[in-house]
Amino acid sequence: MKKIKFMYLKTTLLLGLFLLLFSSCEREITDPNNLATFQTNPNVFLDAPDGLTDEFFISFDPAGGANTEGFGTDDNEAYEGTSSIRIDVPAPNDPNGGFVGGIFRDRGEGRDLSGYDALTFWLKGSTTASVSLFGFGTDFMEDKFPVSIANKQLSTDWRKVIIPIPDASRLTQERGMFVFSAGTESTGGVGFTFWIDEIKFEKLGTVKLQKYFIQNGNDEEVNVFTGVNQRVTGLGAIYDLADGQSQTITISPNYFDFKSDNLNVTSAFGFNEAGEVITTITGQGEAKVTAEVANVLATGSLSINGQGDFPHAPIPTATNNVVSIFSDVYSSVPVRHYNGFFAPYQTTEGGAGSDSYNLDIQAPFANGDLDNIINYTKLNFVSIGMYEAVSNIDVSATNTLHIDINVRESIDNGDFIRIELESGTGSGATSGGSFTINATSLRNADANGWVSLDIPLTSFPGFNSRTNLGQVFFISDNTVADIWVDNVYFYTN
Amino acid sequence: MKNIYKRKSQFLVLLCLSLVGFTSCDSDETQTVTTLTNLIMQDEFDVNGTPDPTTWNLVEGDGTAEGIPGWGNNELQTYTARTENVTVQNGVLIITADKETYQGSGYTSARLTTKGLFQQQYGRFEARIKLPTGKGIWPAFWLLGDDENGTLSWPQVGEIDIMEYLGDSPTVVLGTIHGPNYSGANAISKEYEILNDRFDNGFHVFGIEWSPNAINYYVDGDLYQSITPETVREKTNGTGEWVFNRPFYIILNIAVGGNLPGSPNENTVFPQRMLVDYVRVYN
Repeated sequence: MKKIKFMYLKTTLLLGLFLLLFSSCEREITDPNNLATFQTNPNVFLDAPDGLTDEFFISFDPAGGANTEGFGTDDNEAYEGTSSIRIDVPAPNDPNGGFVGGIFRDRGEGRDLSGYDALTFWLKGSTTASVSLFGFGTDFMEDKFPVSIANKQLSTDWRKVIIPIPDASRLTQERGMFVFSAGTESTGGVGFTFWIDEIKFEKLGTVKLQKYFIQNGNDEEVNVFTGVNQRVTGLGAIYDLADGQSQTITISPNYFDFKSDNLNVTSAFGFNEAGEVITTITGQGEAKVTAEVANVLATGSLSINGQGDFPHAPIPTATNNVVSIFSDVYSSVPVRHYNGFFAPYQTTEGGAGSDSYNLDIQAPFANGDLDNIINYTKLNFVSIGMYEAVSNIDVSATNTLHIDINVRESIDNGDFIRIELESGTGSGATSGGSFTINATSLRNADANGWVSLDIPLTSFPGFNSRTNLGQVFFISDNTVADIWVDNVYFYTN
Repeated sequence: MKNIYKRKSQFLVLLCLSLVGFTSCDSDETQTVTTLTNLIMQDEFDVNGTPDPTTWNLVEGDGTAEGIPGWGNNELQTYTARTENVTVQNGVLIITADKETYQGSGYTSARLTTKGLFQQQYGRFEARIKLPTGKGIWPAFWLLGDDENGTLSWPQVGEIDIMEYLGDSPTVVLGTIHGPNYSGANAISKEYEILNDRFDNGFHVFGIEWSPNAINYYVDGDLYQSITPETVREKTNGTGEWVFNRPFYIILNIAVGGNLPGSPNENTVFPQRMLVDYVRVYN
């Protein structure tokens, strides 16, 4: 047998020599056509990092709460060999940071992973907590082809994790070898430990695509105005694994080719700053957005009803003693919130946050400037608050409250929105008064649907303490559920 | 240039020949998978529509008419002869298992047999099949012994399962025989696991060579099990009877649920299809 093997070897060598000789006679492909190929090393971590950067672990930003102390290796635990990676997940209040996570990056120019079909590793936990993210393709440089799985539950013995590669032909120069992120969401704040071993890319042959999807596999419909950037979200795939289980992965939009069936409604697809895929609505009509990965149609679609130009509220013209709470025309005072989400009685959604330039609707004016608009939905009551973190506001020099409201549903007799002004919130005794906008007034809208109200402060009986206004309430008691709000300001008429 | 290629290919041929020469020395590589080559029955499924009625019966119902509701295994499907469940298209037989309410069952599927149309004692039975996926999906390519007009019952008639497969183990098939004192859970069986591939990703060849004293099982080019009367004696402490010396007929089906696979779960995608490229019998 040995002899045979040697002969085989010799034959191969001979063949190799012949091939070399022959191929040297052949014309080389000219340089521009010569695609650079990158190394194909599949190993990321076996008993030590393999071909990774010197720092090995590159943490998420500690300024964002990432704990750099929780990462290490452990020579007392290994699925195979002598060592594994040990992650100590901190409690949320850990002074070194409340979660642990980061990446491993290839030390060179990247690897050609096109010959593999999955990233695999072995995983064991001190308890059956869940790890919020594992994946690859994140390199903190381009982050072009990230793939991840979410909320992977640990086992207290070693288990193999398989993360399928969606379209490996895209990964000819990949630096992002591994990414993870773990906090204590699944344990109610109790820290835990987990170990990772034998991280490598493999050609398993046993992962089978079930489907790619966009919009989480649903056929969804949205009404969008011209100029608005519409996001296409919920991108992923489901694979069947050899053990009969399926694995859902979240995948980067860069794996997808997006298509619209009406180019009069949607622009070319691009990306926003968060890396999400967007299309700018360019006109009125219907467009159906679908997507493919490697010529395989993804399930799910987004039907966009282009609504035409956005119906902006009238541009405010007041100049006298303006104290603005929400408007793009004036500088607004700091607010605590545009929706306090007062549990358990409040149902109102929308208006989240305190940044008046980042609320519900951003509709560009013709000149490209953004018109920010609050969209309250499921309205029963909601307030704009100026207290606690920010000061109560002084409107004593003004005599009128201006509000633009656009009711986004049909108005029944008996519908109303009551505006209530409350003084002294968080700073002393509270007092205030209210003014009710009835159905007749709500129907008195302009062509764009806006009701522009200039309400004398004298119409708020009881609102006498005007130097310390703390909240402006919108109360409908569920009679009106869906409204846009713009240009909320006090001024002297 | 042409010359060079010629010389190269000549050399490659030489090399291949010498490799064949060498590998034949290795016992593992000389496995004789099949020996019978005289084709006596074939369906290549080249005619679109209902499967050829001169070869195939389409069995309908849930087994109640046969006196075995749930086909003796608590299976959940009702078999139909509808195109939705069985048809020939583009060169393949398509058996479709679907989730739908039909005649009191929650699932439909199809079962084809050659009973009374093609029955054969001994030979090489082979089919090229792409299998479905998912928990509770139970396709099979198998043989049952002729029941001599109902005078013989199972397991006395004998059963040769050339290929059984569970949709939640997509890398494994089973080769099994059932007979008196070795049936059901006590059947004589062996798993074959495919490496670096799965049976629902493409077509694979499943076959047996059945001779008076052995049933040899193979998948693609791998012989993985040989069952002989001696095997039966050993496995049953001498109580089992070798009943594989009578004519048997061919069955192709997908069962849904039942004792072996368990019921489909929320991750089982319907419809599921078994594609059969051909069925051939040699002697």
